[in-house]
Order: sequence, then C-alpha cells, then structure tokens
Amino acid sequence: MTTPIKDRTAIVGIGQTAFGKGLPDSELSLACQAISMAIDDAGLRPADVDGLVMYSMENMREVEVARNLGLGDVTYFGEVGYGGGAGCGTIGHAAMAVATGQCEVAVAWRARKRAAKTSRPWANVNQRLSGPTQWSRTFGLLRPVDEIAMLARRYMHEFGATREHLANVALAFRAHANRNPHATMYEKRLTREDYLKARWISEPLCLFDNCLETDGALAVVIVSAERARDLRQPPAYVHAFAQSIPRQHQVMTNYFCDDPLLGPSHACARLLWKHSDFTPADVRVAQLYDAFSPLIPLSLEGYGFCKRGEGAAFTDDGALEWPHGRLPTNTAGGGMSEAYVHGFNLILEGVRQMRGTSTSQVEGAECCLVTSGEGVPTSALLLRR
Amino acid sequence: MESGFLLPDLEDDDAAPFWAGTARGELLVQACTSCGRRRVPPRPMCPACRSVCHAWQPLSGRGTIWSFVVAHPPLLPAYQAVAPYNVITVALDEDPQLRLVGNLVARPDGPINEVDPSTIRIGEPVRVVFQQVDDVHLPRWMRERT
Repeated sequence: MTTPIKDRTAIVGIGQTAFGKGLPDSELSLACQAISMAIDDAGLRPADVDGLVMYSMENMREVEVARNLGLGDVTYFGEVGYGGGAGCGTIGHAAMAVATGQCEVAVAWRARKRAAKTSRPWANVNQRLSGPTQWSRTFGLLRPVDEIAMLARRYMHEFGATREHLANVALAFRAHANRNPHATMYEKRLTREDYLKARWISEPLCLFDNCLETDGALAVVIVSAERARDLRQPPAYVHAFAQSIPRQHQVMTNYFCDDPLLGPSHACARLLWKHSDFTPADVRVAQLYDAFSPLIPLSLEGYGFCKRGEGAAFTDDGALEWPHGRLPTNTAGGGMSEAYVHGFNLILEGVRQMRGTSTSQVEGAECCLVTSGEGVPTSALLLRR
Repeated sequence: MESGFLLPDLEDDDAAPFWAGTARGELLVQACTSCGRRRVPPRPMCPACRSVCHAWQPLSGRGTIWSFVVAHPPLLPAYQAVAPYNVITVALDEDPQLRLVGNLVARPDGPINEVDPSTIRIGEPVRVVFQQVDDVHLPRWMRERT
C-alpha cells in the first residue's frame, strides 16, 4: 500500500531549556525559549513558522506562543490529547500537515512545570469524582503510579516478572543519564542495591520505578524532506507514525476490558510497522516511554521486540544498555533519569541518535523507534537518518 | 462530608443507580436489556449492540482478587493518615472479565490498612461488604472464609 507520509518530512531543529525543579520562568516563557532554540537550530526564522501542534494538556494557547515568538501567519494548528500519549502524536500531526501542504514549517513542543505540586492532575481534590475516576480513586488508587502498579502486579503474576527485571530498566536508564550532562541524574549513580532497598511508593513499585518530576520545555521543527536538505542540520526523517486508542480502553485504569495487559502499544505498533520499511529486528536503538518501569516490558512486547510475557526477561543481560545491549533504550536517561516532560525529551534524543550526536550514540543505527505513553491512548514514531 | 477522602458524585449521569444500590446494601451491575451484556463501568450505550436501554442487576457480591497494590506516601492527607493501605481489583464470580476496584478489610467496619499486606494473594476469594464514608456507601471486600 502507499504510505503518503513516509520520509516526506523531517525534524530539522531541536531546542530544550534546562531541566530543574522550581524554575523561575513560566511555562509559556519556557515554551517560547525552547521553540526559539529549535528555530535557531534549524537555521530558520520565526516568520517561517506556519504550523503549531501541542499537547491538549498545555497550559497555554497557540496564539500566545505565536505572539511571543513573533510568528507569521499560522495556517495549521492542532492538539493531541491524553498526556504522555500525545508526544509522538504531535510530531505525526505536524508531519501530516506539512506533507499535505497545510503548512510548511511546523513546530511541536511540550512545556511543563511538573515539579510544582499544583501541576499534578491527581492533586486536584476540589470536587466529587464523576466519570471513570470514581471507580478507582474512591478506593485510594490516587496517583498514576498506583494505577500502573495494579497492572504491574498482575503482569508479574501472569508472566513471572520480578523486581530484578524492573531494576534492569532503572539501572540502564540511569547509566545513560550518567553520560548526559543535561540529565537531571547526570551526577547521581544508582546501584542494584540502591534500587532493591528503596522506599515503596505503591507496591510492587518503589521510588526508582518512577519517573522524575521536572520543570522544563522542549521543541522541534518539522519541514518537508525537500526543504530539510537545504538546512544546516542532518534531517531526522519521519519514516512512520501511528496512534492508537485500543478497543475497550480506559485511560490508565485499564482494568475493565477482556485483556488489560494488552496495552495500547500493540494496536499502535501494527500500523507503525505496516507503514515502515523496517521491522523490529532492524531497530538498534529505541526511546520508550518510561513514566514507570513496567511500561518498558509492556512496550517491548507491544512493539514486537519479543513475544507477550517475554518483555521482562528481554531486559536481562544488559539488553537495554549502551553500548553492548541488543537494544540500547532511552539513551539520554529517559523520563526516569533525564527529565520527565511527558516524553517529549525522548523525541529529541531520537533526533540526536539520527544526527549522531547522542552522548550514548549507537553507531550505525539507521532508524530509531520513539514511543509515547503506554497505558493511555498512545502514539509512536520511527525516525530514520 | 468531612472525611477528606475522594468520593463519587452520587448524581453522576451513569453511576447514580450504582451508588443508590450500595446505600441499600446491594452490589449492582448495569446490563443491556437488548442483548444482555453486562458492563463495568456503566456507560450510556452497549458496545455490543448499541442499545441505550439498560437495567441494573444484583450481583452475588463474590469474586477473587485479580491484582492489588499497597500505597505508601506521598498521598493526599486523608489517605496518608492510613497508609500503607491496600487497593485490590476484584474479578466478579458472575463473569471474571467484570472487575471492580476496592479495598480488602478484615471486618465489615474495619479500616483499609488492617489486613497485613504480605498475606494478600492474587486469586483469593472475597465477598463484598459496605462501609459508609460521609454520605457514600463504598463496596469493600472481606476474605471469604473457606
């Protein structure tokens, strides 16, 4: 079949602010700074930008971004929902808009001051629960970690996964962060002993099974493949893109369907590989959404790197670790050790891998899989150099 | 109304009959009156046949533990005060694909932090009890004596 967006567009600019807690700048300011850096990185001007795609969860409007940056006439703008599931979706929507001529230079971004307690969605307790949350929060399943821990316990029970497997994930990403000077955990080592004695957050998950809480912003610029060839950076082509809301899905508390451990990545992966010239066996580096460590085995299974139930064992023998692992993953440290900005930092690391500028560069990787939230309506990208 | 726990809106469009049922000591499930399919959580349309007609059927209140967590701080204050506490997901005996989230308690009026978490096992049989918190009657679960 024809795949109208395959390799038609590329990410040609990336920008990011510092990561931290309690950054003084507002989310709007951080967003504008990251976008400004991405435009500069691409060698373009604000007046060139005519497309904007953001997360529905952004606490700002496109018009404010456009007015601050001095953009020209914007002819395409859109949003993608479901929090951490949106990241690759914003790139995919931008790519589709550029490929279909709705705009020529699109920007996608995520800005967040997550470290502020008021920014945590689960901390909003001002009203009675209605809709899906009443079936879980009422009973004290309050935080995203509690919601994923329920699936993680069942996963461990069904497939024999252990905390040692989850430690494999945390330790691999931390080791990558220790090589990335921009990572929050750049100078903080993590040992297996540290992991195993860490305090519980929601059993069976401990502190180090959780992502960080980060203030920061990141942005990318997307243009057509033709235009990309004239710009200053090596293009990271958008080879394939997919989204999924799997059948019967309930966001985060997906306990009410026939097969709760069959996550959104499975349906997303079917379309992604259908549109791709590559197969999972061709992928030598990946950026997998890691709000919580159990999402990694689920994603490894969903995207076809192993069979169902084998994702935990896949992480053994340093499989996720640069440079010798079979699939170095989250090579900048990921959400668990670089920064948690709803997964947008995974996209920038995918671009760096395609440019050859990662601090844990996988030599010879022709493509990089980037995924967004598992456990929510999700999206994924296959970037190629 | 001052427990500090997060509680449902008893006038929720889809769930009000469920909470009215728990107040009477009944565990109800929404079922399609066209094709008979039961659905949890409740919603306006049957995903099997697209009928908007439904009725609420009583359940036996028996099931097995499908999974569970033990929540530790940081938590909202009312929950932090009783942490660590368990949260369980129960697969209902009528159809194990129907599941409800709740808590395992040791007594009908016992707190959610009384059962030793290290003794909780997936697959344990449980039965429902109802506990009043503010103006809501919550289904919680006790071990089935075998």
